[in-house]
Amino acid sequence: MDFELPAHVIEFRNTVKRIIREVVTPEMIDEMHTSGTFNSYALNRALAKEGLLERAVPGMGMGDPLELWILFNELEKSGAPYDGISTSIMVAGVVQQVGTEAQKKAVIPTVTSGEALVCMGYSEPDYGSDVASIVTRAVRDGDEFVINGAKMWTTMAHEAKWLILLTRTDTEVPKHKGLTMFILPMSTPGITVEPVHTMGTERTNATFYDNVRVPVDAVLGEINGGWRTMAVALAFERGVMGGTNVAVPLLRHFRKWAAQHIGNDGVRLIDDTLVRERLARIAIDNEVAKLLTQRSAWIAASGGLPGLEGSMTKVFASEAYQKAVRWCQQMAGPAGLLQFHEPTAAADGWIEYDSRHSPVTTIYGGTSEINRNNIAERHLGLPKAR
Amino acid sequence: MRLGLTDDQLAIKEVFAGFFGKESTPAVVRAAEPGGFDANLWRRVCETGAPGMGVAAGMGGGGASLGDLAVVAEEFGRNIAPIPLIDHQVAARTLASLGSARTDVTDGETIASLALRPAVDGSWWLVPGGSVAGVTIGLDGDELVAVESAPPASGPRNHAAQALADRSTTGARTVLASGDSARAAFDRASNEWKTLTAAALVGIGDQSLHMALDYVGTRIQFGKPIGAFQAVQQSLADLPILIDGGRLLAHKAAWAGDNEVAGIKGHLDIDDNDNSDFAVLAGMAFVFNADGAAHATDRALHFHGGYGFAEEYDIQLFYRRARGWALVYDDPSRECVRLADAIFGPRGSAA
Repeated sequence: MDFELPAHVIEFRNTVKRIIREVVTPEMIDEMHTSGTFNSYALNRALAKEGLLERAVPGMGMGDPLELWILFNELEKSGAPYDGISTSIMVAGVVQQVGTEAQKKAVIPTVTSGEALVCMGYSEPDYGSDVASIVTRAVRDGDEFVINGAKMWTTMAHEAKWLILLTRTDTEVPKHKGLTMFILPMSTPGITVEPVHTMGTERTNATFYDNVRVPVDAVLGEINGGWRTMAVALAFERGVMGGTNVAVPLLRHFRKWAAQHIGNDGVRLIDDTLVRERLARIAIDNEVAKLLTQRSAWIAASGGLPGLEGSMTKVFASEAYQKAVRWCQQMAGPAGLLQFHEPTAAADGWIEYDSRHSPVTTIYGGTSEINRNNIAERHLGLPKAR
Repeated sequence: MRLGLTDDQLAIKEVFAGFFGKESTPAVVRAAEPGGFDANLWRRVCETGAPGMGVAAGMGGGGASLGDLAVVAEEFGRNIAPIPLIDHQVAARTLASLGSARTDVTDGETIASLALRPAVDGSWWLVPGGSVAGVTIGLDGDELVAVESAPPASGPRNHAAQALADRSTTGARTVLASGDSARAAFDRASNEWKTLTAAALVGIGDQSLHMALDYVGTRIQFGKPIGAFQAVQQSLADLPILIDGGRLLAHKAAWAGDNEVAGIKGHLDIDDNDNSDFAVLAGMAFVFNADGAAHATDRALHFHGGYGFAEEYDIQLFYRRARGWALVYDDPSRECVRLADAIFGPRGSAA
């Protein structure tokens, strides 16, 4: 195997790193934690200005396909507010793959210029893991569809210009075969957004659809082919788009703090064997999470769709992150309880923050159990158990 | 960048999967217990050229890279072959790299082994392959030496039925290196050993998973195969993650080791998760796969129910070796503490 990145990808990575250095400030990160909106237009525009966003969109052919992984991996490692742009680039890739020419022309440039975000309406109040059972209805009316229903976890809906929306268009066929995905402006009449605040500060939303009328050409993919569109989106989401190396900044924050902090036994934490073993284990898991992600990126870059590999990466990385967070908070002792801006907080409050953020990572983007079902059925060939 | 095997490596894999699958059956493995060595299998493996395949072509070997050897090691582990192949390959490479290649070692006529710990009071403790090796390489004070002496032919009975033995530093003795270069050559050899052992543990884990899948697919309880129950499925679904992740890590270590030979220096920036350092990757691969193989064999044995505990079933052979092949070196947690020195700097160092 050869793990060396091609020279032009290293150059791309260096450009991303430079932009992060120039644009991402502690104030920007602080603002994201205060507002709960993990997005920065200043950062998005800076990336767009040097052409990095359009190069990262899967299938556009503007850059090396590995650059999608590189872009979000660098943003994630830096702790920058990137949730908004990562979702948006992913949807731009879905539009590129299954959208009409008109959709590509309307949506993609607004995303790659750093001006617009896209949010995703999949889950509903009563359907999360069993997303194929959703009941938000889209009913054909001449050249239009009329949509009624409600969605949960529509993160960035309060900022986004676009929405992709999974609906039921046929109730007479098996559940996976009656779904249709739409892409529509958030400004379409009949959509309302209610905030949902989370333990991790990050704001998400509930969204409601009351006789929302969209033209037939807002269908993304095929009518009743919504599940296929979902599969494309999930393959990008799990394992390539970030979320798999979040323990890298955790380790960096903790190790720097532990070098300055004397523990309860009078030993500097970084010199304590109990700490050193666990930090080494976190570093090992970080390397493995990176390699699994790199494999997904390599498969995608080689023309494959790394759905199964993405499931494996997502389960490993999110569970390793949760373990690392638990260890770091425990190793920090009482300082691990203190929040941002408290003077004696461990790692300026990052450890406490990670402890609030980490629970969601084995839930969103497909729970660990759903991903393990995928692995058991599709990789191990075990019988369907649901 | 290529995160799969090359065409050449796929061919190597096919050859050695075939060889070990045919020659190192569970019956052969069982017959070699408790001594852990099958002389006939060693003769047969010598015919494949495997013992010297990692020695440079210019020194009479096969010129294989560490990456190629990792491919062989995984198949070796998959069939838990009762021969000290990894120990020998590493010892043969070490001799050659220090200008002391021996034809009898490269050919496998004389078995060579690597003492994993420096000698204490003139003795190397529990050398893997030590009960059959005619040449032992190891650290003795500030010298790296090769000692030729007759093997004891048997060693202590042990958990993994490995061909272990304590070996004396006295005998026909060749100094291979001394001082800093002895330490460097020994570290290099240890890192190769950890890398290839990690790859062998991937093979053990992967084979255990397949044995578990065969069993849960045919064992009927409550009217259906137990593999149809989610409790069993969810637990088994972890294993390919550990195996695939472990294989990538072992191969990354091998890649870094091959780069080092080619004069391409690795680097480590843990804050950026950017790591191409051979020693660190070899230690990581050892720890991750020691734990991974232990977990995989634990789950695979467990899902065999009581039969997994029965001597008659093969899974117990894998369970014991998953632990023994790693522990003959050391506790993975202790290796983590050593890794911390390399990753975060020694104790007392500045931030």
